[in-house]
Amino acid sequence: MVAGKQQKKSIKEISPIDVYKLLPKTNCRECGEANCMAFATKLVNGEYTIPDCPPLRTDEYSHLLQELGDLLAPPVKAVTIGTGERAAIIGGKYVLYRHDFTYHNPTPIAVDVTDGMPEQELVERIKAIEGFSYQYIGRTLTLDAVAIRSTSGDPGRFAAAVRTAAAVTEHPLILCTLDPAVMEAGLSEAADRRPLLYAATEGNWQEMAELSLRFGAPLVASAPGDLALLRSLAATLTEYGISDIVLDPGTFPDAGFAGSIMAFTMLRNAACASHDELAGFPLLGTPIAAWAGEELSREAVQWKETYMAAMLLSRHADLLIMHSMEGWALLPQLIWRFNIYTDPRKPVSVDPGVRTFGSPDGQSPLLITTNYALTYFTVEADIKSAHLDCYLIVADTSGISVESAVAGRYLTAESMAEALRENNAEALVDHRYLIIPGLAARLSGETEEASGWRVLVGPKDSSGLARFIGERWPPKDEE
Amino acid sequence: MNEKEKIRAGPGLGPRLLALLSGVDRLELEHFEMEIGDLEIFVPVGFGERPAPAAPVQPVRPTELIREGFSPAAGTYPGVIREVTLGAAKKDGGSRGSTVVIGGSTAPAFSSPDRLPPHPPPIAMDVFDMDISLPKALKAAVADVVNDPAEWARMNVDRFGAELVTVHLMSTDPLIADRSPREAADTVEEVLQAVDVPLIVGGCGDPKKDAEVFTEVAERASGERLLINSVTLDMAEAKTLEGVAAAARDHGHVLLAFTGLELNSAKELNRRLYEFLPPEDVVMDLTTVALGYGLEYSFTIHERARLAALMGDAELQHPTISASTNAWAAREAWLNMDPVYGPREIRGPVWETCNALILLLAGVDIFMMMHPAAVRTMRDIRTWLMQPDTAGSPRYDWASTRI
Repeated sequence: MVAGKQQKKSIKEISPIDVYKLLPKTNCRECGEANCMAFATKLVNGEYTIPDCPPLRTDEYSHLLQELGDLLAPPVKAVTIGTGERAAIIGGKYVLYRHDFTYHNPTPIAVDVTDGMPEQELVERIKAIEGFSYQYIGRTLTLDAVAIRSTSGDPGRFAAAVRTAAAVTEHPLILCTLDPAVMEAGLSEAADRRPLLYAATEGNWQEMAELSLRFGAPLVASAPGDLALLRSLAATLTEYGISDIVLDPGTFPDAGFAGSIMAFTMLRNAACASHDELAGFPLLGTPIAAWAGEELSREAVQWKETYMAAMLLSRHADLLIMHSMEGWALLPQLIWRFNIYTDPRKPVSVDPGVRTFGSPDGQSPLLITTNYALTYFTVEADIKSAHLDCYLIVADTSGISVESAVAGRYLTAESMAEALRENNAEALVDHRYLIIPGLAARLSGETEEASGWRVLVGPKDSSGLARFIGERWPPKDEE
Repeated sequence: MNEKEKIRAGPGLGPRLLALLSGVDRLELEHFEMEIGDLEIFVPVGFGERPAPAAPVQPVRPTELIREGFSPAAGTYPGVIREVTLGAAKKDGGSRGSTVVIGGSTAPAFSSPDRLPPHPPPIAMDVFDMDISLPKALKAAVADVVNDPAEWARMNVDRFGAELVTVHLMSTDPLIADRSPREAADTVEEVLQAVDVPLIVGGCGDPKKDAEVFTEVAERASGERLLINSVTLDMAEAKTLEGVAAAARDHGHVLLAFTGLELNSAKELNRRLYEFLPPEDVVMDLTTVALGYGLEYSFTIHERARLAALMGDAELQHPTISASTNAWAAREAWLNMDPVYGPREIRGPVWETCNALILLLAGVDIFMMMHPAAVRTMRDIRTWLMQPDTAGSPRYDWASTRI
């Protein structure tokens, strides 16, 4: 541990007053808040960043800017890889546990290409990496970076591969070779791209450090399975003048994976709880190591890589390198990454109220669902693809999905009756039939009593809505 | 400012003088006074010599690795998670051939090789007492036994290595088949005879009907230390909790306290249960939501509960369970999607596997699962995590490996 440092306050211990003291205190409102205290409260809460206070960026307040930056600096340094709009910030973590604050800078996922690939194959694979996406609650989830590995060990071939890759993609690049001569050849082809260099090891750190400084490129310190060596490399590279360091504690497949999970955890714990500056760098996870493990069928290795990635995302990996391009291997990662990087203090929800689809009239169906964003967007997509004319009441369930909202009593007969009243449902339609989610079937009787509306229990999954409406609407008089 | 002060003030003067003086042999200073002490500043300039490096000096770059150690934070926690035994052998009044102990953790899950949980998290596999609609990938493995809970249980144990069996008494649901508590207890007895692992008995979710069913089952399976899945605050409201808790106490069973992602509710329910049973007879279900549908809520509530318990909150010092089969509620687990996302036959088990493993890292102590591949993976990883390789793993190099 670097000695002589004053014990730094963790983000949870910093009060708005601490921050307020380092603001201009002019209440100029340039940030959009009524006064500096309001800005301070939101800044410490992570809702603003320091540059959101324009006066702080002027010379007059440069001393405050510096102090405020020190006060609010995360225990895990933020490192930028790549350039331009697609540059990725990795690390920048404030806390060990998500619930203590929130996790910042979602883990970029890189997929590999190699210098052993024919040029056309390399280009096609990069296009596939850039093209992979998934629509999830109104967002497009994508892959973020390209790792170029030298399997040839030949400087010329690596240079050619990097040149080709740099020409076809704006994504951040990660150059992977432990041979400094090969690295230099590749790096020269992406000199202005700020690629991440993998990696400085006990054997090559000095030459890799020179390259990192010369090209202004961030550098991975790699010491698989040896945390003392990893800290030694971090200390040495820091002393060498390199500040943008990424740590690779090693991702071992199979039985060794247990040690990897614990190494990631101990490093992050050291950074966040013990203020260990040498552990306070972003962590690189490499599920791609599954392919260097036991010889198994392709599918078995992909399966392994999939769970390794999901577990590393859960245990502090700030950047991942993968090989599998199979949708089933990538989908859990893209979704889980999105999920754990949401702010735990705010459910991902949509505004409650009435939504209108198509051109409904007084005879059209009236449905109800919850305001959890995923539930809402799923129902919305199904209604649209079925071309239904209907009304949908979005009930306020505090952003909880149907099944959990029923279990946790965020969605009850009373709350549905209340939603009908609040949204003036009687004016929307001439009939008195409400279609409730199949997963809320248990509430049907009580809801009829509480609201005075007849209840139709809809499908458990909204993909069944088209068929349900086709067969059950208009409702036959069931009395 | 006099000359002396100017010299002192200008940090850039040294190098500039140096540049001026390069190649000069001799220098005459006019109108210049100097104290002896100030000479030090100029000594390195080296009159008449070749120019030496000037301040600010470039940092000396290390040529040797600076050796550092790593000592993991020795954080210890005042709290311990209670140990709960599920199932009872003959000598303890039951008929089980094997029993399991869950809980006992003294640190966040798998955070350090020095503070591992004392027991590997066991895996229970699901059996339903009626033919419910299951995703194809789940049904395939058990198609021959779905109408016979006893055979299904046997297959779970013998073929898939289940360490417990969960019997879901779905057919008791008044909205489905409304089977009687007596019929439900018959089913439990059949399964108890078919397998000798501990049982978890699940109800239909109706607080009144479940109470009747659980009371009957508790009596018929007296002494077996079943895990009754579950009791809720809804039961407290329906005034049925007391009966179930008393039946569990009187017949030696364990209660699973289910709450919906809310720790205050979990604590409140536990307090009500303490009126009837020792805390060693209570396990918590804090709710498992499917990946993509709110798993992050489950993950975070489990991390929060575990940390609070370890910090000393006695009302949360209970082992937790995850119904990881709930992963199949996600469409991504069962829907036919664009081929780019792969066949659902593999997406489904991947979903259940990831769901369970993520909650394993959040501290869950026992898993209810269904797909054999997910169970197999959980078993492998659990074994590895319980014996982390501290001796160092074989050297590997993914960076240059041809795949």
